[in-house]
Amino acid sequence: MLKGKKGQPFYKDFWFWVKILIFVVFLLFLVYPFYTLVVNSFYSTKADGVTLYNFQRFFQKKYYYQALGNSLKISLIPTLLSVLIGVPMAYLQTRYNIAGKTFWHVLIILSLMCPPFLGAYSWIILFGNAGIVTKFLSNLFGFQMPSIYGQGGICAVFTLKLFPYVYLYVSGAMGSIDRSVEECAENLGSGKLRRLLTVTVPVVTPSIAAGALMVFMTALADYGTPGILAGGDFRTLPTLIYNEYLSETGGNANLASAISMIIVIIALVILFIQKAWVARKNYTMSALRPPQIIEYSGVKRFLVTLPVAIVSLVAFIPQMVVVLCSFIKTNYSNFVFEEGFTFEHYTELGRSLTSQIQNTFVYSTVAILFILILGILMSYVIVRRRGKTGGGLDMLMMAPYVIPGSVLGLCYIVAFNHLGTTADGTVIKLTGTAAIIIISMIIRKMPYTVRSGSAYLMQMDPSVEEASVNLGVSPMKTFIKVTARLMLPGVLSGAIISWVTCINELSTSIMLYTGKTMTITIAAYTNIVRNSVGTGAALASILTLTSGILLIIVFRASKGKVSFV
Amino acid sequence: MSHAVIIDHAVKTYGDFKAVNGISLQINPGEFFTLLGPSGCGKTTLLRMIAGFNTVDGGEIRFDDKVINNVPAHKRDIGMVFQNYAIFPHLNVADNVAYGLKARHVPKEEIPPRVEEALKMVQIDQLKTRKPNELSGGQQQRVALARAFVIEPSVLLMDEPLSNLDAKLRVQMRTTIKKLQRRLGITTVYVTHDQEEALAISDRIAVMNQGNIMQIGTPEEIYRKPANPFVANFIGVSNFIDCTVSSSGNTASISLPGDYTVSIPVSRDYNGEAILSARPEQLFFDEKGIPGKISMSIFLGDFIQYEVELVTGQTIELNEYTKDVGNIRNDGENVFISMNPNQVSLYEKESKEVLSC
Repeated sequence: MLKGKKGQPFYKDFWFWVKILIFVVFLLFLVYPFYTLVVNSFYSTKADGVTLYNFQRFFQKKYYYQALGNSLKISLIPTLLSVLIGVPMAYLQTRYNIAGKTFWHVLIILSLMCPPFLGAYSWIILFGNAGIVTKFLSNLFGFQMPSIYGQGGICAVFTLKLFPYVYLYVSGAMGSIDRSVEECAENLGSGKLRRLLTVTVPVVTPSIAAGALMVFMTALADYGTPGILAGGDFRTLPTLIYNEYLSETGGNANLASAISMIIVIIALVILFIQKAWVARKNYTMSALRPPQIIEYSGVKRFLVTLPVAIVSLVAFIPQMVVVLCSFIKTNYSNFVFEEGFTFEHYTELGRSLTSQIQNTFVYSTVAILFILILGILMSYVIVRRRGKTGGGLDMLMMAPYVIPGSVLGLCYIVAFNHLGTTADGTVIKLTGTAAIIIISMIIRKMPYTVRSGSAYLMQMDPSVEEASVNLGVSPMKTFIKVTARLMLPGVLSGAIISWVTCINELSTSIMLYTGKTMTITIAAYTNIVRNSVGTGAALASILTLTSGILLIIVFRASKGKVSFV
Repeated sequence: MSHAVIIDHAVKTYGDFKAVNGISLQINPGEFFTLLGPSGCGKTTLLRMIAGFNTVDGGEIRFDDKVINNVPAHKRDIGMVFQNYAIFPHLNVADNVAYGLKARHVPKEEIPPRVEEALKMVQIDQLKTRKPNELSGGQQQRVALARAFVIEPSVLLMDEPLSNLDAKLRVQMRTTIKKLQRRLGITTVYVTHDQEEALAISDRIAVMNQGNIMQIGTPEEIYRKPANPFVANFIGVSNFIDCTVSSSGNTASISLPGDYTVSIPVSRDYNGEAILSARPEQLFFDEKGIPGKISMSIFLGDFIQYEVELVTGQTIELNEYTKDVGNIRNDGENVFISMNPNQVSLYEKESKEVLSC
């Protein structure tokens, strides 16, 4: 038997090998590709050896550094606006008897889960240059809508799309403030508004910060929305990465790598600022008595319900518009809908886009199987077998937040484009295969499952496992017979969220796809960009419908307790 | 077949902190042995070392002659009852109890009768098909108990099994547990911080503090002859009074406040500062003794509890049985307090070692 320190037996048990497996997976498909990207950013075809040429070029040419400023603007403004919308929404929903509370809640979650570019697309249909509302207003009143293209439009779309993060985090926190805390403030003589500003809001500040961080990161990383709403020469870092990658020859993508580095550094800086700020304000609270819900009736109830209904509906409009458009006849030559109801877009899908639909479901299903197995194991290791590597695992779980999808895509291209050459001269590579898209899905979307699974496990009494071991069942069998079985509800609800996000994935796969491995999101995106609106809408409707059904299943199964963020 | 459990200089360290500091004790086959102490004293840590959930960082733990330090937890053949029951929430009552039997590959046809018998012993055989979330705390505790002893383990461990029950149920369950243990004759190690529970249920008790054993003995020994002030204070209530001792032979003359002197039998010679430890019922009002004044009296039915402020300013507690006295004394009354020298304990002031015998 191997001896560890202090002469104790050192069991190389099952979990030892699980940890090895997890680290190998992340080393191969996250650390190594990212390392390659970092190295790549310090080389250039225009200079010899290690060089800062790419970074110098970035900060010298307006074409590039302007994109940095744009990216910051379209991330910070929606973050601020999301807080302004999300916090009051959370307050109304948790403290008043809003009519149709659950319905609005589900609408908000649904609008969060669909790919952001669909929102952009719907707003173009409504408010674009030839949009329905735009035309209606100008024909009827001669009123000229402000342009939806460019910075303003992008910010608006991001805000409507991403405020649910703030809403979900904050309503979770507001629901777990013990009633006595606020009662105490009232007892000490605080008025309602004063109490809200001096007790309630400060106590939920960490949750506001967490939601705001998610908004910022998602907006910073998103490729599709600025891709569609760019309008002329409005560039952001993710669109720049994609363009540079396409224009740089030979696949060396040095400048794109450097831009990727810059975006990751911004994300890291924001993450650390947020963590440092929240660390000073961490209040743990478990509500023994959840806050009182104020029961209004009649006009008062209508007045508190109205803002919730308006915001939820506006956030959900994109999904409805997309589904409606998928049934309206279009004139293919330009961006115009004709009158009349049709199924032609769906028959078109059946004719020419079956492989894309098949790809989406096959890839996401294969990915989710791996995510389930790895996710269960990883949650367990993080919660119960942290050891010295626990911190490292936590950090790996943060990676998808700081590495935008398009950057991970670029990492894979740089790292796996040339793995070697066979005897007959064919280049061995992972890029262009279905495997690489599936792997990227696993790496990026697994955190949803792991976080849900580990949160669930955290609340499970460890002595249940010990009881099983004590009764003579080995730790590994105990894990299968008891622990994994009991973790399943938590892991499954997380896995469905992972699944939904895999189905809606765009920013990584758009870097990695080939004609053969195109998915629904890519097809929808390219169709929309090419103004083939009807087909795009039909594809997007499939996404919306699938996501919606999956989310409702998980919402029902978990009795609304699942965490979507 | 029950076994002896021998703990030989067992050590458990967390960094620099010694949670279990070289403890040695021997638990006889079939004995009901309790580890008693305040929270953080190392009792649960030691129990989990026996169970195999904590590694043994030094010394040995043996079942009879077999060293079990390196035997994995699932091969130790131990039954354990957990503080929060640890019932498998996804299995019904019968399946919970059958779990260990299945793991031991007991023939299929033998399992139902054994489960049935175990459930009968804890009087919940009518709940066989219930799911854990349909059971009360007391019923869950019975399932946990049945599940632990149905496998006929060589040793039974219980980690504060009654702490989550209400007071009345706790008393009822501890009788059930004691009767069951007698009947099955399984060597049992029981952990609790409740001294009354320990006294009621155990054959022998080890009182622990800060990773060390303070005293091992029968409940009566521990109550009557506490080996040090810690035990005297932890088990029941004790008044500690500073005094001076001068001894010759087997008798010590003790000088107490107010020039009151008593003679106490001691085990060895000692001259110097000491601590006299007396329980409230070992003290009584007398014609002469330590002078003091009653500061409060509480009538508790079968006895009256007095707080007396001594001339030194120290407040002590004294109990008088209602049946022995005519009336309750008034607050502010001047009294003299005396004691039965054969019942009180005497400790060296510095070393806290026991002098009385």
